[in-house]
Amino acid sequence: MPRSPAHEIRISDRDGVQYVVLSGAHTVSGVAPLLSRLNSLRDDAPVQVDLSELSRMDTAAAWALVTTQKRIEAAEQRLTIEGADDGVQSLLDTVANSLPEPQTETPKTVTIADRLEALGRSLHGALKFLAALTGYFGLFLSRLARAVRHPSEFRLTSLVHHCQEVGLRAVPIVALLAFLIGVVLAFQGATQLRQFGAEVYVVDLLAISILRELGILLTSIIVAGRTASAFTAAIGSMKMREEIDAMRTLGLDPAQVLFVPRILALLLMLPILGLIANVTGLVGGALMAWIDLGISPKLFVTRLIEDTSVDQLTIGMVKAPVFAMLIGVIGCHAGMQVKSNAESLGAMTSSAVVQAIFAVIVADAVFSVFFAQLGL
Amino acid sequence: MDRTDPIIKLRGIDTRFGSHVVHEGLDLDVYRGEILGVVGGSGTGKSVLLREIVGLQKPSAGSIEVLGVDVRTAEEDERQALEARWGVMFQDGALFSSLNVRENVEVPMRRIETLDADTRAALADLKVSMVGLPYNAGDKFPSELSGGMRKRAGLARALSLDPEIVFLDEPTAGLDPIGAAEFDRLIHGLSRSLGLTVFLVTHDLDTLHATCDRIAVLAERKVLVTGTMQEMQNVDHPWVHEYFHGPRARAAQSSAAAPDRNGQE
Repeated sequence: MPRSPAHEIRISDRDGVQYVVLSGAHTVSGVAPLLSRLNSLRDDAPVQVDLSELSRMDTAAAWALVTTQKRIEAAEQRLTIEGADDGVQSLLDTVANSLPEPQTETPKTVTIADRLEALGRSLHGALKFLAALTGYFGLFLSRLARAVRHPSEFRLTSLVHHCQEVGLRAVPIVALLAFLIGVVLAFQGATQLRQFGAEVYVVDLLAISILRELGILLTSIIVAGRTASAFTAAIGSMKMREEIDAMRTLGLDPAQVLFVPRILALLLMLPILGLIANVTGLVGGALMAWIDLGISPKLFVTRLIEDTSVDQLTIGMVKAPVFAMLIGVIGCHAGMQVKSNAESLGAMTSSAVVQAIFAVIVADAVFSVFFAQLGL
Repeated sequence: MDRTDPIIKLRGIDTRFGSHVVHEGLDLDVYRGEILGVVGGSGTGKSVLLREIVGLQKPSAGSIEVLGVDVRTAEEDERQALEARWGVMFQDGALFSSLNVRENVEVPMRRIETLDADTRAALADLKVSMVGLPYNAGDKFPSELSGGMRKRAGLARALSLDPEIVFLDEPTAGLDPIGAAEFDRLIHGLSRSLGLTVFLVTHDLDTLHATCDRIAVLAERKVLVTGTMQEMQNVDHPWVHEYFHGPRARAAQSSAAAPDRNGQE
């Protein structure tokens, strides 16, 4: 390939005409100096460009030449190009023909009305989202009722499969995390309570905090992270590949086939997982209490049974189905919002996790207020 | 076109995936300034061949020389210099989704240190307009574009540094006939005005008719035959005969003849 190392730009001024000679190879790497030299041409005298010594020119250099030509011609002078071979001439023509015409668009200024409108829109979006979630909840209930009336339409295999995915496979992580939280709680509680000589109350601390709040809350957060994302990814990828549309055309109801087994599995499994979390959390706490405070497991159990009302466990477990519904409905809803590109699948999956965890914590706060009002 | 000096030279290419042999002793030359169309049945390794030439995949054996550089044994800086001299357009454009079209086209230009941001943006706008996209397309993100526009933007990025060779993978797949015909004209026009060598992999008989100077047929694990569209008509091989004489081929031939007559007016 002819790639002459020396590329030169010679500009001279004779008899009121500016002569430009380009020689060698002019490419994109040398376009900056070329452009600045061409910009130094005055637009009050004609320009003659000689390209006969040119060995190579690319679109960048052609662009510099063509824009200069435009500038000179805008000042009603002439820029003539001589000595261009066929290749260079066709390149110059192509560039000149496709030179973009910038559209003059005035940048919009953001007014207070725009901000108000944006606020209103996002509020409206949030309300619509809540309405859609309620709609999905209703859809689930109606399909569940239908499954009760027509048991033959119910997909038991699918339910068992999802119970395994949602429940059984989550046991190790839920149990381990609850155990560790029990250990931490007992240790921190012991350190504080020891100052008052009230070490033995660590049992009450553990029992109330784990049974009433932490056991089910932690489990729900883990399940929200694991399962809501899994629901969204599975349903979303089916949506992406038009499987959901195919189902509809075949007379299958996506809510019946996809939502009911998933949400029902979650509804059945979350209380069980919560119970496992409660037990392992208490075991972790008891172990730490034994090591750190010398409270024997026997004493721990006795105090646990004597001092802690079974109401604490009930209050904790009552929340489980509500959390399960929230996680399941949010996961399925987000899956159905996936569009036909991979980006939206990723975006909806991560937003499903955030929404599910957020919803679980908000619901937990509402429950706290509710039970406080009841005096429980 | 200079027949003595191939710009891409493939010799004895073997490609195996486990026990599955895709290419065996494949030879191919691509000459400067031509548009070469590579055709072949599904699974004959057309796209694999393209990926091997641009170094995305390694053949099991054989030598690949592009612009005089052996792709397989080139040093890092040699390869980088080579990459600036070719452009690749992937099937769906393969635009970076986090950048708008103008920024996508600017990506290859960033390796040229002397270019300031304004010139870069102006050059990117020029490339965007050269591939026939409207001016405001530069500000759009790939997700906002149609399939045909994404392909055009992908071509603009491939042309960003004025490469000598452009590789196109199924340039018209998934386009409607009007969009595909426009794209064919675009490739043909740009390759002539910019002096490009084009290596394109396609299934589209219309593209072969409308753009290609020479056709290479991949079958039986090698390049079975190369030649012009006219020469393909007389090849005595069942697959080639079926491909270039089937009902679709006849339709493509007659539709290719019509615009030629119009073009001569």
